[in-house]
Amino acid sequence: MTRIMTDVLVIGAGLAGERVAIEAAAHGYQVIVLSLVPPRRSHSTAAQGGMQAALGNMAMSQGDSADVHFEDTVKGADWGCDQDVARLFVNLAPIAVRQMAYWGVPWNRVVAGPRQLPDGQMVEESLEKEGLIAARNFGGTKKWRACFCSDGTGHSLVYTMDNVALQLGVHVHDRAEALALIHDGQRCYGAIVRDLRSGELRTYVARATVIATGGHGRIYGHSTNAVINEGTGMAVALDTGVVPLGNMEAVQFHPTGVVPGDILVTEGCRGDGGYLLDKDEHRFMPDYEPEKKELASRDVVSRRMVYHMRQGYGVESPYGPHLWLDIRHLGREHIEKNLRDVAEICRDFLGIDPLHQLIPVRPTQHYSMGGVRTDIDGAGYGLAGLYAAGEAACWDLHGFNRLGGNSLAETIVMGMVVGRTIARDIASSEFALSEGVIRSATMQVEERLRGLASYGLEYVYDLRQRMSDILMEKVGVFRNGRQLTEAVEELLELDERAKHLGLLSSGRGPNPEVSAALRLPGMIRLAITIAYGALQRTESRGSHYREDYPARDDANWLKRTLATWPPDADLPHLSYESVRITELPPGERGYGEAVAVAGKEGARV
Amino acid sequence: MSRRTLTFSIFRYNPYDPEFEPRMQEYVLEETPRMTLFTALTDIREKLDPSLQFDFVCRSAVCGSCALLVNGRPRLACRTRTDEIPRRITLHPLPFFRLIGDLSVDTGSWFAQMAGRVQSWVHTTRPFDPASEEGRMSNEQALAIYELDRCIECGCCLAACATAHMRDDFLGAAGLLRIARFLIDPRDQRTDGDFFEVVGTDEGVFGCVGLLACHDYCPKNLPLMTQLAYLRRKLALASLRPPLRWILRQIARRVA
Ligand SMILES: Cc1cc2nc3c(=O)[nH]c(=O)nc-3n(C[C@H](O)[C@H](O)[C@H](O)COP(=O)(O)OP(=O)(O)OC[C@H]3O[C@@H](n4cnc5c(N)ncnc54)[C@H](O)[C@@H]3O)c2cc1C
Ligand code: FES
Repeated sequence: MTRIMTDVLVIGAGLAGERVAIEAAAHGYQVIVLSLVPPRRSHSTAAQGGMQAALGNMAMSQGDSADVHFEDTVKGADWGCDQDVARLFVNLAPIAVRQMAYWGVPWNRVVAGPRQLPDGQMVEESLEKEGLIAARNFGGTKKWRACFCSDGTGHSLVYTMDNVALQLGVHVHDRAEALALIHDGQRCYGAIVRDLRSGELRTYVARATVIATGGHGRIYGHSTNAVINEGTGMAVALDTGVVPLGNMEAVQFHPTGVVPGDILVTEGCRGDGGYLLDKDEHRFMPDYEPEKKELASRDVVSRRMVYHMRQGYGVESPYGPHLWLDIRHLGREHIEKNLRDVAEICRDFLGIDPLHQLIPVRPTQHYSMGGVRTDIDGAGYGLAGLYAAGEAACWDLHGFNRLGGNSLAETIVMGMVVGRTIARDIASSEFALSEGVIRSATMQVEERLRGLASYGLEYVYDLRQRMSDILMEKVGVFRNGRQLTEAVEELLELDERAKHLGLLSSGRGPNPEVSAALRLPGMIRLAITIAYGALQRTESRGSHYREDYPARDDANWLKRTLATWPPDADLPHLSYESVRITELPPGERGYGEAVAVAGKEGARV
Repeated sequence: MSRRTLTFSIFRYNPYDPEFEPRMQEYVLEETPRMTLFTALTDIREKLDPSLQFDFVCRSAVCGSCALLVNGRPRLACRTRTDEIPRRITLHPLPFFRLIGDLSVDTGSWFAQMAGRVQSWVHTTRPFDPASEEGRMSNEQALAIYELDRCIECGCCLAACATAHMRDDFLGAAGLLRIARFLIDPRDQRTDGDFFEVVGTDEGVFGCVGLLACHDYCPKNLPLMTQLAYLRRKLALASLRPPLRWILRQIARRVA
């Protein structure tokens, strides 16, 4: 088997992975980045809304500061985040935005003069700030703070980041999938990787290994995430038996993914006066939320929508039940001007004209707050030489609810921090590799491949469908003890069946059935970890909503779930650590609801 | 709405399977409302043939993974609704790029080498100062750069390009657009002369024979026609004499 040696191995070439790579390369280390796809196609590219950093350049961001950003972040997290991490993050975010500008990102800029906001208010942008980086509004924040590039913030960030990686000589090995970490229970030595061009296995040996594989959205049946976001990086960490995943039960949903395809349409539709209708074209939100109606927060609306569909008011379709979003009454001018993105999605992907037709929508998985637990420097718990960054990590900036625009900023800020940590650690640590460790990791992967080829009656896409249905139905926006117990049991059954996966096709070369079959068992284990963590957490916090425990419970649950999966255990092992509160004691989030709810957001975030 | 039955004729080849001859294979699928080639191909893979190779990532026309020839024309599969096309659908992988298998081609490697050849990054000697405010830029200028930064590297322009089919070292509209993007960026200190060295050749801007199929097939409606003309004019000048900007910069440097 081909063996490749490097100082730093970064698994994942989204914004987080490439930012780590750049920092390590700038410190003079050799870096290889792995990615399932060419780096520029990573999910980060799809983020359109913006990146939070308190620059305070706009009329509507006057008085903004790291302190205000800190407060928004902690409240958004429903006090579930580490406050020392949030503090570090808000202090570094402005530097990260400016460095991206220096590297070439064409951020929109302040134009001096008066202008009218969508709600009619007039503001005056100051001449003194003209030409500095502009910001737009995102819900859940006190000030306008989301820096953006027209409708392609993620795209421009990713392209710029990849340019710099190229300039610094970072080696990218794309179409490569990490299947297992090489480790001895104490230290990580790299990864076993499958080449997705040829199907061959390769060994990567590294002094530092980074998991920057993004979110796990696609284990849910409906997700706004890219189709490659299957959580495999988190799964290989869990598979070590010693690396804990933090807060996996913290999963964010978005009320309006379109059907089919689950492409996100902005909450601006509801913000601007759009209605939600059921199968009888009845506007149902006022029945549940007489005051806020469609404008209730993201989580509340998602829950009402699911509840209403469960009452039989969903519109049946070959893709399952959905509801309608109605923006017809907003009129041509408003739609073409302020909701152009939405109109384009409707026309291009659904063949629907939103001026005259209803848009099929339903709540959809959107963001994973949980991930590989790291300390404030980005070092993974459990194994020396292992690090994590971005959505795959639980740093823990987001607690139980990520604020829109904070995740792009997190990828870059954390990438910078982790890169520095690695440079520090490599310089000061010894590296001695044992062949036995590599051999056992290799054998484990080869065994899995042989298993697929030789026996097995279970078909990967059947089990996968079942897994994602269970998660949607029982571990979604509504959770309760009974359903979570069922979910855990049913998923454990799937875990058992997944041991008998077989192949319908030849399995030769870069065969996609093999790829899917290699991924699925790890995905099922992530699903169990989410469901089991949610079952144990008998409170509601942020996006984790328990019907049977609707209130936040700081006395018992101001803590983070850590899940490991010891070898041969039937269930993940859960332990808890306290959340670090340094500045802002728990209080009301001030989003209007008595129970914890997520922030309302104004763009595709 | 009356349901159609769709017949897909799809190019199949797995270079790693010796028993696998290149061929066209047919799949029949019931059309569902609002079906796209993303939903259709995913259905074919999950229900009819799990070995079928193709690439989707964002499925929302932003990542550039899924370009194919749909009935002979390059387009993004994820943004192609089946109700826009006849019920017999022929799919081929994009030409020009190395084939990985079936509908999957290696656009990533091509674009990575292109980025290397055009040195696709801001060249500057100014260091980054984390303590200071960002450099200013007019919003107009930022928008102009963004406009040229919108390419999603899907490869449709190269698949459609006559020059690219004759010479595989041609930078194509995507590569030339990349040059234009840095040429107008005030943060990049390269001179017109520097850019000329990179693209003032037949592999670059003078290889274009002006058929402009790239412009017609770009799914992002990038201003390829105007940019190619602009580059050609600008770099033709740069080849004759050092442009004024360059002379001024040299003087400024000596003064400084
Ligand atoms: C529709 C949408 C819009 C969004 N908009 C915003 C926004 O406006 N603002 C904001 O702040 N956030 C936004 N987010 C969230 C944000 O985009 C993501 O959280 C962020 O981009 C994640 O970046 P990342 O680098 O951690 O991971 P990704 O960009 O997902 O990259 C993961 C990388 O890992 C690789 N990889 C995965 N598994 C493996 C493996 N096993 N082996 C090798 N490589 C692997 C992939 O190929 C990829 O390169 C949005 C999310 C969605 C879904
Ligand atoms: S899948 Fe991303 S452009 Fe089609």
